[in-house]
Amino acid sequence: MHDMILEMIARLLIPMIQLFGMYVLFHGHLSPGGSFSGGTIIAASLIFYSLVFRFSERKHRLQHDTSLLFEGGGALLYIVVGLVGIFFGYSFLTNRGVFPLGQAGRLWSSGMIAIITVGLGGKVAGTIFTLFQELLEGGTDTDGNH
Amino acid sequence: MRRIISLIILGGILVLLVLAVAEMPAFGDETAPAHQGIMQKYLADSTVDTGAINTIAAIILDYRAYDTLGEATVLFVAVVAVSAVFYKR
Repeated sequence: MHDMILEMIARLLIPMIQLFGMYVLFHGHLSPGGSFSGGTIIAASLIFYSLVFRFSERKHRLQHDTSLLFEGGGALLYIVVGLVGIFFGYSFLTNRGVFPLGQAGRLWSSGMIAIITVGLGGKVAGTIFTLFQELLEGGTDTDGNH
Repeated sequence: MRRIISLIILGGILVLLVLAVAEMPAFGDETAPAHQGIMQKYLADSTVDTGAINTIAAIILDYRAYDTLGEATVLFVAVVAVSAVFYKR
């Protein structure tokens, strides 16, 4: 079923929601917000998209894999950033002395905080979207089919 | 048999967690480590220590980054649990 009003409003709103989510994510070390809230806003836009535009199975599957990639990639990035500290002779997840801190208040500052915020935001978005899809479709079988 | 073993393991984890909670200082105790000036240190030094002007981001992703890694693991466990519940044979 196509609902024209819903689709037009979704086309207007989804880029705005995603832009705002990325703003919250990339300014996590400067303004209120950060990885958890920014990731949730981006996931909300993805959920909105998949509710309004019903997908064919093939496209759905691809989207599911992408969200799983973000899910694993965010956690991996976090651990790799932590291991960089050990590589330079400090403890796990050291910021000061390992990453350039920059001038406080600028976008490129605060070293690993900005990196982890973006990675963890992708992970949060992937988690919430995966939870939504699992609950919507009722899970997968052994071959990964729905 | 598997159920009994998992019950024993879960009971052991429960005892450990309850012991950890019993060790915690009472609510509102002014000798607790959380009230020994750490708040003033965070507010005064976080910008110099981390380069972030958002103190909350400085705390959760620098001073307590290890804790937030555990939080990310909680999200992962949530997805695994939902996938396991909705698993189709």
